[in-house]
Amino acid sequence: MDFSFTEEQTLLRNSVQKFIQGSYDFDTRRKVSKSDSGWRKEVYGQIAEMGLLGVAVPEDFGGLGGSAVDNMIIAEEFGRGLVIEPWLNNAVIASGFLTAAGSKAQKEELLPAIAAGETIFAFAYAEPQGRYNLADLTTTAKKAGDGYTLNGHKAVVLGAPFADKLIVTARTSGGQRDADGVTVFIVDKSAKGVSTRDYPTVDGNRASEVMLENVSVGADAVIGEVGGGLKTVELVTDQAIAALAAESTGAMKVLNDTTIEYAKTRKQFGTPIGKFQVLQHRMVDMFMNYEQSVSIAYMVTLKLDEAEAERKKAASAAKVQIGKASRFIGQSAVQIHGGMGMTDELNVGHYFKRLTMIDTLFGNVDHHLKRYASLG
Amino acid sequence: MDINYSPADEAFRTEVRTFIAENMPQQLKGKRRGEYRDKDDFLVWQRVLYKKGWLAPSWPAPYGTNWTPTQKYIWGEECARAETPMVLPFGVSMVGPVIYTFGTEEQKAKYIPGILSGDVWWCQGYSEPGAGSDLASLKTTAVRDGDDYIVNGQKTWTTLAQYADWIFVLARTDKAAKAQEGISFLLVDMKTPGITVKPIITMDGGHEVNEVWFDNVRVPVANRIHEENKGWTCAKFLLSHERAGIAGVARSKRAISRLKDMLAMEIIDGEKLIEDADFERKIAELEIDLTALEFTELRTLASEAAGKGPGLESSILKIKGTEIQQRITELVMEGVGYYSLPFSDPLAHNEFAPGPAYAEAASQNYANMRKTSIYGGSNEIQRNIIAKMVLGL
Repeated sequence: MDFSFTEEQTLLRNSVQKFIQGSYDFDTRRKVSKSDSGWRKEVYGQIAEMGLLGVAVPEDFGGLGGSAVDNMIIAEEFGRGLVIEPWLNNAVIASGFLTAAGSKAQKEELLPAIAAGETIFAFAYAEPQGRYNLADLTTTAKKAGDGYTLNGHKAVVLGAPFADKLIVTARTSGGQRDADGVTVFIVDKSAKGVSTRDYPTVDGNRASEVMLENVSVGADAVIGEVGGGLKTVELVTDQAIAALAAESTGAMKVLNDTTIEYAKTRKQFGTPIGKFQVLQHRMVDMFMNYEQSVSIAYMVTLKLDEAEAERKKAASAAKVQIGKASRFIGQSAVQIHGGMGMTDELNVGHYFKRLTMIDTLFGNVDHHLKRYASLG
Repeated sequence: MDINYSPADEAFRTEVRTFIAENMPQQLKGKRRGEYRDKDDFLVWQRVLYKKGWLAPSWPAPYGTNWTPTQKYIWGEECARAETPMVLPFGVSMVGPVIYTFGTEEQKAKYIPGILSGDVWWCQGYSEPGAGSDLASLKTTAVRDGDDYIVNGQKTWTTLAQYADWIFVLARTDKAAKAQEGISFLLVDMKTPGITVKPIITMDGGHEVNEVWFDNVRVPVANRIHEENKGWTCAKFLLSHERAGIAGVARSKRAISRLKDMLAMEIIDGEKLIEDADFERKIAELEIDLTALEFTELRTLASEAAGKGPGLESSILKIKGTEIQQRITELVMEGVGYYSLPFSDPLAHNEFAPGPAYAEAASQNYANMRKTSIYGGSNEIQRNIIAKMVLGL
């Protein structure tokens, strides 16, 4: 049993930390988030140059041949920095789809381009009626000659304003919520019939509503098996959950550290408030929630290659743990900071909002408790 | 022991319900303060109530309504049911009672009319960057200079100061005395030279609170309420005075009702989310918690009606009331799903808001309501007060 990191992984972590310190101090992040574009394309380029987009991609396809553990390290440090640029969408999700189910031609064309930061993806899966059911799809893909015609409405597509291409889940057959009949497509955002309406998200990022009206794609736009895409979607979203678990621990650590620092320095009634036992116990509980979340992030990352049921259980367990811990840590950090915790100026509220958002992504606590229980 | 309303109470309920239905500004129904667009939105309902003579039910004659505690409770319930705007508390519930209790006849005549009519908007100059929970450690000074005080200092978390005409300020008039014994209660015109208001944007994106800076601000001694260095008496009176409604039971009932409406519209795998077993259970627990609080509040009212004062159980109203308010916002987040993620800027109206209308404010409300366990005496302080004053620990 070994939970240590290799020397390479320690170097990786250090280099990401340096990058965050250089490009992602809190005031800079706040400014970028409020800017018109909402991101910095040149910073995404830096992320690419550091090799962070292709860490877990096989070397044959332009990556570094690393593992999910490497992505876990990057995700955690990005969580500490509240990084906006769409690393998760590309390094984990798009790369994940192509590695798991892409054709040789798709891998050769797209994986190096993703790793180089040249092609930017977003993942359009959620729909207004679907909640967290990945198979609940009213977006349709009807056969049209060799290709398909897509119609539908994808909801809250995170990072879509920054993307060139979308990975879209659509139904080629079956009933609205059938497991069979789900197909995964690559769609150019600039294709005829694709329209987007961009907006900011609560955590200071950007998303779009994506409308597809008679969008034509070729047969080569399909990733994997026609009608058999759900298993890949579930695999990749579990990989994304593992990365989000790691990201959330980075955010939790910042909140815990800043809360302890505040409690040591903020004086009321002639004493630092950190001396009050009630607050001490609260901070201990924050610490325990954090450590349990780190443990579960390790667990789920290490179980991503297990058989489907075990992998799903691990991912659901992780999502539940970090959802509960995020709520507790976020709320406690705000409370202990008092009025200051409520401000936009202080970083606490921003981490609170990001953790709140992560809880909603790919299924909240309720959803994953049900999924975990259903897996026996 | 009897928990039924009398026929007279029911007749009163019908009377006020009818009045509200006929006079309440429908365009503001259910809107949060953060969604109001201008001063008029804040004041329109207050002006309606003032005309009717129902603005200040808790005030004594000749200002008040002479309602019994039960009638006041019914009034609060009916307003919540109709989702009327909340009357700004700073004048009617805070400085007004201080003035009619501790002020001179001259001061009452000068300030009370503007408070009741809504023509004078008040804000509260209490907290400072270094004086939050420990309010008595405040540092804003008021130094005597002839017939005036010269006020210097900084107040913070001043709600809606950006609209205010006047501010009531706790300031130190005796630096040598023990903290609570050197404070005076001053009324200050916001137009006095030397006052600067700086917005504080909160994490939900709204502009509710401010910093108020005092730079050699000249305040007539005549604007001091009660004796010099006795301001803490006024402050304590103000903090303990307006107990009615602090639990927010009626408003929370309404919020739960809206939550259930929303859950009936939100679909999960083809079924209404309100029929989901998990959610049914969570809503039931919340409603039961609120019912217990409702009866705690009724016990408090009954005790007051019998002339016995609010009673020990009233001390839990703020803690439980705010925890329930916060829990409701959590459940809304759990109910809304993905459409809780878009941010609709409260300071920029008419922006594109994707998703159903009920999702639009979910995240903002959840974030904004974290303040309720912090303000009004944090819930930690409230527990300390109970431990000391009620349990004798």
